[in-house]
Amino acid sequence: MPLLQPLGRTFLDGLSAIGRLALFTLRAILLAVRPPYYPRLILKQMIEIGYYSLPVVGMTAVFTGMVLALQTYTGFSRFNAETAIPNVVVLSICRELGPVLAGLMVAGRIGAAMAAELGTMRVTEQIDALVTLSTNPFKYLIAPRLIAGIAMLPVLVATADVIGVLGGYLVSAYKLGFNPGSYLQNTVDFVEFLDVFSGLVKAAVFGFIVALMGCYHGFHSRGGAQGVGKATTNAVVSASILILIANYIVTELFFSR
Amino acid sequence: MTGDLKIRVRGLCKSFGRKVVLKDLDLDVPRGESLVVIGGSGTGKSVLIKCIIGLMKPDKGSIEIDGQEVTRMSAGEREEIMHKFGMLFQGGALFDSLPVWENVAFGLIAGQGFNRVEAKEIALRKLGAVGLGSDVAQLYPSELSGGMQKRVSLARAIATEPEIIFFDEPTTGLDPIMSQVINELIKKCVEDLGATALSITHDMHSLRVIGDNAAMIYDGRIIWNGAAQDIDRSGNSLVDQFVQGKAEGPIKMPVRPL
Ligand SMILES: Nc1ncnc2c1ncn2[C@@H]1O[C@H](COP(=O)(O)OP(=O)(O)O)[C@@H](O)[C@H]1O
Ligand SMILES: [Mg+2]
Repeated sequence: MPLLQPLGRTFLDGLSAIGRLALFTLRAILLAVRPPYYPRLILKQMIEIGYYSLPVVGMTAVFTGMVLALQTYTGFSRFNAETAIPNVVVLSICRELGPVLAGLMVAGRIGAAMAAELGTMRVTEQIDALVTLSTNPFKYLIAPRLIAGIAMLPVLVATADVIGVLGGYLVSAYKLGFNPGSYLQNTVDFVEFLDVFSGLVKAAVFGFIVALMGCYHGFHSRGGAQGVGKATTNAVVSASILILIANYIVTELFFSR
Repeated sequence: MTGDLKIRVRGLCKSFGRKVVLKDLDLDVPRGESLVVIGGSGTGKSVLIKCIIGLMKPDKGSIEIDGQEVTRMSAGEREEIMHKFGMLFQGGALFDSLPVWENVAFGLIAGQGFNRVEAKEIALRKLGAVGLGSDVAQLYPSELSGGMQKRVSLARAIATEPEIIFFDEPTTGLDPIMSQVINELIKKCVEDLGATALSITHDMHSLRVIGDNAAMIYDGRIIWNGAAQDIDRSGNSLVDQFVQGKAEGPIKMPVRPL
């Protein structure tokens, strides 16, 4: 039996970790919807997530759109199907690449920052100090981050959609010799509400995941600088993996019929 | 006579995994008195305070505040009791994202419903009481020296005029003069508020200044308590060794020769 013992222990540890996370999530949501609210802090997080992530997300989107147009051209020209480029670009960006890449970039930027900030607050007893000053850390620290994450990721992704399509347009019009006017016309005619909407729903889900993972790992970090470092890594890795899993699930819910 | 006790602890036990930190600890703090707890590093002094204040859940035992059992309270009742407490943390635990005045005003805004303007006024007054001017109020904690941070923490702990104040190693890491400044501030603040105080220290000088009574924690229990001025005549070899700071004695440090 000694062979099976570590296996069983890992399994049980995994189960209890999932249980802890579920309890944490439930508590965070229940407390986030109850007063007191902290509009000042929500605004601050919104600016941090929405505004300061724009450059990173914009760069990601523009180059993704560009490379998408280029790759599609080299592939599709074998079938003389180059005219499908605007359609491929806008569909890929709005449905998949916009939300997923923005989510992953924000996981790296914001998830890490949240974990590091809350982790430092934990190990320097600032979270304990909050409690002694009659403030619930779930409401004061976690709720604003969750709300800002859910609200701002769709805004970021909507921007990324536009910038990504623009990237594809630039390459198509100035390198591949497309007619600029008809490229844009094609794009606008082809894209449907659901393509964009599903991407924005994904974005909201990813925003929740990133903020939740950042907060969860930061909140439970222990053991000084090393613990904070570990919390940061865990937040980014777990957020990234959960984003990819959630991406499949949401896609399935929207498009499998 | 439990009516006179502000804090009454009985049979408190707390372990972390296999490590037993507190075992069957009893402690009384009468209303309006200042009790100083001494003990070696890692003997569970901070854990004791955190259990009393409700930041940690004890494994076993009873803790009464004003005769009210707090260990089995609901979260809502806990929040009520929390209004009675002020705490100066060992590391200061100032919020580094907020300027000094907001740190001090925090409990007033969050716990007592003051608006920001009123709270700032009170905060400036409290900062004045610990010898910090309004020029410091706009700075961030990271811009302050250790002694100034301690004073800001002290101002924050007393800002809401709590009934019970906890001081966790208030003078550790400060120079002797600044230590004395902090000691006298603590003594004055506690007297002005008429508060009950529970302090932790390694610093014998600090003990004599701020303590009415003293207690020593060793091996998870309170092994001696008495009046602070009797600490030199405790008749307890463990206390004597600690007070005189001797390496030789009943308390063994697990060190091997080089
Ligand atoms: N959150 C925790 N998790 C695990 N062990 C802890 C925790 N807090 C304190 N301890 C352990 O409890 C013991 C007492 O800690 P503490 O009360 O901080 O000591 P001190 O008397 O120096 O204040 C230490 O050995 C420490 O390792
Ligand atoms: Mg301590």
